[in-house]
Amino acid sequence: MMMTLTLSHYLILAAVLFSISIAGIVINRKNIIILLMSIELMLLSVNLNFIAFSHYLNDLAGQVFVFFILTVAAAEAAIGLAILVVLFRNKRSINVEDIKELKW
Amino acid sequence: MIETIIFYVFAVSTVITATAVVTVRNPVHAALFLVLTFFTSAIIWLSLEAEFLAISLVLVYVGAVMVLFIFVVMMLDINVARMREGFVRYLPLGLLVAAIMLGLMLSVVTSEVFVLDLASEPAPKPADYSNTKALGGVLYTEYVFAFEIAAVILLVAIIAAISLTMRKRSQTKYQNPSEQMKVRKADRLRIVKMPTEEK
Repeated sequence: MMMTLTLSHYLILAAVLFSISIAGIVINRKNIIILLMSIELMLLSVNLNFIAFSHYLNDLAGQVFVFFILTVAAAEAAIGLAILVVLFRNKRSINVEDIKELKW
Repeated sequence: MIETIIFYVFAVSTVITATAVVTVRNPVHAALFLVLTFFTSAIIWLSLEAEFLAISLVLVYVGAVMVLFIFVVMMLDINVARMREGFVRYLPLGLLVAAIMLGLMLSVVTSEVFVLDLASEPAPKPADYSNTKALGGVLYTEYVFAFEIAAVILLVAIIAAISLTMRKRSQTKYQNPSEQMKVRKADRLRIVKMPTEEK
């Protein structure tokens, strides 16, 4: 059971990665850069699920989805980091605690 | 057998490096660990016969996105000590949330109804099978509309990133060529008539 690779192996690995990134979002809530990196990790685990299913179901649609997720993730990272740079320019800090104009 | 060993080695290193990403003190080290996570995941994707995506993960993520991350992290002046405050306080909560999440997902993944009929390893592809060719075959026919939308998303991201970070500095001096070309003698030159001085 342990020695032959099944779909469950890959799904469990993806679940572990997803949980690590969830924990990362909770424990690094002051650090916006680590938050962005945790989101990237989360997308990676989702992609792993897609590819594992694509392999075991013998269907290329999963890989096409991963392709689009990679595109969107790259766009998200670029815009997120641009916002971060503008934020640092205006407030001289990227600490989440200092961003509280909208907090009532 | 060898596939199993490869899977376990790289699965364990993926989990270790992913844990390092969310726990190390220095954001630059976190970014470098994330690069390592992407590399080990790319190897796992290779073993799942997704060669094109494994290579594009390395090229797009490691080559572009992570370089951007490291650029931004090094450019900003970050107070690491202030960033870390609350780390220990939220650690139990984070572990609790992660454990609940993991338990729920594992209970679904390992249940009998979910994976029983998918669990057998499919036959390996023949040697002349090209993953890139097959992916391109469906990408440019069946998913061509989605592909074009992806291109538009990238264009929007480029424009957004540039327009967000572009600014006019008020202190710096810069030339305005059209103003320079339009200038006339009357705008710049003023002739002052005055009587010549007596000796």
